[in-house]
Amino acid sequence: MTEDRFPSLRLVPKSDEPQTAKDFKTDQEVRWCPGCGDYAILAAVQSFMPELGIRRENTVFVSGIGCSSRFPYYMNTYGMHSIHGRAPAIATGLAASRPDLSVWVVTGDGDALSIGGNHLIHALRRNVNLKILLFNNRIYGLTKGQYSPTSELGKITKSTPMGSLDAPFNPLSLAIGAEATFVARTIDSDRQHLTSVLRAAAEHEGTALVEIYQNCNIFNDGAFEVLKEPGTRDEALIRLEHGRPIRLGAEQGVFRGPDGGLHLEAVTEANQDRILVHDAGAANPATAFALTRLADADTLHHTPIGVLRDVRRPVYDTLMAEQLDRAAADRGEGDLAALLTGSDTWTVA
Amino acid sequence: MTSQVDQSEAVDGSDGEGRSGPVPPPGTGTRAAKPIRRLDRVIIRFAGDSGDGMQLTGDRFTSETAAFGNDLSTLPNFPAEIRAPAGTLPGVSSFQLHFADHDILTPGDAPNVLVAMNPAALKANLADLPRGAEIIVNTDEFTKRALAKVGWSADPLADGSLEAYHLHKVPLTTLTLQALKDSGLARKDAERAKNMFALGLLSWMYHRPTHGTERFLRSKFAKKPDIAEANIAAFRAGWNFGETTEDFAVSYEIAPATLPPGTYRNISGNLALSYGLIAAAKRSGLPLFLGSYPITPASDILHELSRHKNFGVRTFQAEDEIAGIGAALGAAFGGALGVTTTSGPGVALKSETIGLAVSLELPLLVVDIQRGGPSTGLPTKTEQADLLQAMFGRNGEAPVPIVAPATPAECFTAALEAARIALTYRTPVFLLSDGYLANGSEPWKIPGVDELPDLTVEFTTEPNRPDGSFWPYLRDPQTLARPWAVPGTPGLEHRIGGIEKQDGTGNISYDPANHDFMVRTRQAKVDGIAVPDVVVDDPGGTARVLVLGWGSTYGPITAAVRRVRADGGEVAQAHLRNLNPFPANLGAVLAGYDKVIVPEMNLGQLALLLRAKYLVDAQSYNQVRGLPFKAAQLADVLWAAIGNLDEEGRR
Repeated sequence: MTEDRFPSLRLVPKSDEPQTAKDFKTDQEVRWCPGCGDYAILAAVQSFMPELGIRRENTVFVSGIGCSSRFPYYMNTYGMHSIHGRAPAIATGLAASRPDLSVWVVTGDGDALSIGGNHLIHALRRNVNLKILLFNNRIYGLTKGQYSPTSELGKITKSTPMGSLDAPFNPLSLAIGAEATFVARTIDSDRQHLTSVLRAAAEHEGTALVEIYQNCNIFNDGAFEVLKEPGTRDEALIRLEHGRPIRLGAEQGVFRGPDGGLHLEAVTEANQDRILVHDAGAANPATAFALTRLADADTLHHTPIGVLRDVRRPVYDTLMAEQLDRAAADRGEGDLAALLTGSDTWTVA
Repeated sequence: MTSQVDQSEAVDGSDGEGRSGPVPPPGTGTRAAKPIRRLDRVIIRFAGDSGDGMQLTGDRFTSETAAFGNDLSTLPNFPAEIRAPAGTLPGVSSFQLHFADHDILTPGDAPNVLVAMNPAALKANLADLPRGAEIIVNTDEFTKRALAKVGWSADPLADGSLEAYHLHKVPLTTLTLQALKDSGLARKDAERAKNMFALGLLSWMYHRPTHGTERFLRSKFAKKPDIAEANIAAFRAGWNFGETTEDFAVSYEIAPATLPPGTYRNISGNLALSYGLIAAAKRSGLPLFLGSYPITPASDILHELSRHKNFGVRTFQAEDEIAGIGAALGAAFGGALGVTTTSGPGVALKSETIGLAVSLELPLLVVDIQRGGPSTGLPTKTEQADLLQAMFGRNGEAPVPIVAPATPAECFTAALEAARIALTYRTPVFLLSDGYLANGSEPWKIPGVDELPDLTVEFTTEPNRPDGSFWPYLRDPQTLARPWAVPGTPGLEHRIGGIEKQDGTGNISYDPANHDFMVRTRQAKVDGIAVPDVVVDDPGGTARVLVLGWGSTYGPITAAVRRVRADGGEVAQAHLRNLNPFPANLGAVLAGYDKVIVPEMNLGQLALLLRAKYLVDAQSYNQVRGLPFKAAQLADVLWAAIGNLDEEGRR
């Protein structure tokens, strides 16, 4: 069944025996701060991996630098903890040359969007078969609390005692602008939702970007509390489901205005047929982009989570392999002696 | 370049007419009308606007010359701008070719023949010509305006200032247009064939075979047969012009060179390097993965490798230099022969990833085609000023082996040698070529595939601990290489990274003693790499001066040594192909001479290393003009060194 469920893994050897979360744990002591959101994400990923049904040795986690980038040390798969921002580039070379691997990138908001921004956007546009988990805590943790490219404007930190001056990135808007074929958002503490998004990402053929709102309880505690608190989350969270009307809480819905933009409105009998129905597979990215802009940047009210975009486009590594196959079919397997000899030679007796 | 014949550049001065004399005309009969003189070698320089097709013209003349069997050496020299303003000095593009009936080593110091397609080309190159050289100019371009553009108020073709030369005034454009008047081509298109007219004329002068060029033009313009035919018509018209016009009274013959037996082709450094990489992949049984970002003068390797996907070669044009090497390293983690190609500015960007590769201890080839620096510097000119960057240009103690080819053809074996070191010792390796080697060419004796080194790699597939576990940093006691276990291997799952690792297990370790041990072990691994001894050429065994070089200075140094010896001087010569580690006998070699001269196209980088490591008073001789040394210039340096020693001896 796995072959149907995970077309992106059809070239990856299947596991002979059922696996458990325990199989994916290493003997290394996990060294995140107590209370860090990374623990929950690690546990969710370790629990989810057996579902893929592929051999553990054909799974690779590649990370950059930052708190989240310690992740590979705790996954009992192959792994590389590389250098700051470069994980998507390294993973691209690995995935492009080894179609029998399931390659995952673990990165953070500083790693992916600041120093590694260039590699992220190019991985997305190429559509390499990579699953990128972007842990967004809107702060620099490992360097002890400077503002990050997703920190809100005016953020008071050690490096910005009078408030940060630069406007933040919206990671999902950026991803859609970079021609991403799969864009999703989830939250560290919602195991069930996080797992459902990982599943959708794993099923996707090509690059999947999953933004995970992750709490840094040391330097930016409670950044996403409004999305988690039972008292506030119903008014703040919009759970996207493909093919279902997009609703906020019991009373509000998302509607398309006359200008094409999206807005929230109280649902009435008169307008309930016009509630926007979520279509993650829409070829035109305009609605998905509008959804990335729906949240209030300051309060995080109206934050959509789930799969915003999931479309099909040729996958870079598949195309690359096809070119190699075609070259071999058209010209025959390379003949080194013939290559070295070329066409213009002379002989000295 | 491989012959043992030692008559060399030293045989004659700069006029290149060492052994001239009448020879009987060939049997065709068409030649009977004009005398033919036999020469042992000639240096021709084609010069024109960067849009005039001089590189193509030079390439074609080179191919004809190679097909004829002369030994040869070439030097393309072109501006960084694709189309610099027409008719200006910065826009001049040239191609120099030295060919001979014997073994030669350099593209030559001074051209015997200059083809100047416009006043700028004449002005830019005149200073390099010895008296008596032949100059062929396209008179159609010597208009008042064109002369003014290069600051000439009087026409040098008319004012007698070129009396010292043998001047041929040829209206190349007019003659080309006449030849193509029935071709139906627009004037502008027809004019563009004037380089082929010039090539035809030179081909006649030097008895070059012509079939290759006609075949080349037909295939190059296969989709535009009228253009192909026009170029061929211009080419033939140039040949016939030489045959019939009285201005060209003599033609010249240069007999084929007596090279060692074998099958030869002409090859440039970048092509040889590309083939070396493909051969290394084949001989190691690994797929080749190139991650690269376009940069002059390295891009041709990316282009070439992209054409050979049927060898299983994957080429990845990355978003930047860092991604290029990152992808190559990722592929190496997956078991590919990972390669990145670049030039000095790109190396600067890649240095953090090279450091990661040092820490991960994975094989990786970093090919640096050096160019003039710092910063953007001189993109199309040559220099060898990245040696210290390759040696030390990373944070922390991060030793990287360095291999440097000496000639264009040697770029092939250098690629195999770099791969051997990388694969055997699981380390990134620098391959330092340069712009001169990259674009220069020479005859290459094509090796048999079976003669190439066996680079077979055994991936680790079994646990290496008694308890059935796997330690990624448990080293081979001989080479100190760590096991290479690639993803997909069951039971050997492991994590590696740039944080310091515990010896053996590879787990993160901040332990002071462990770090000290790992730093020293990584250094010991590189220091212990087996490299061939440096060979000293000291025929009499009594020389007191040693000249030591590395990289592309091999040609001019060797030519200079031949000159000195031909005039009775004694000098020993050695050339380094391995710069990290140095050959084990290098210290003893250096200690065996009273004086060590190190010519380099930088401000003394190898000399600095030699002085530091061997406490030897190595004397630098430097030039950073973007051009290779001239043999005569280095011969003077060697004579001065010999002379000084003699003087000191008398004191």
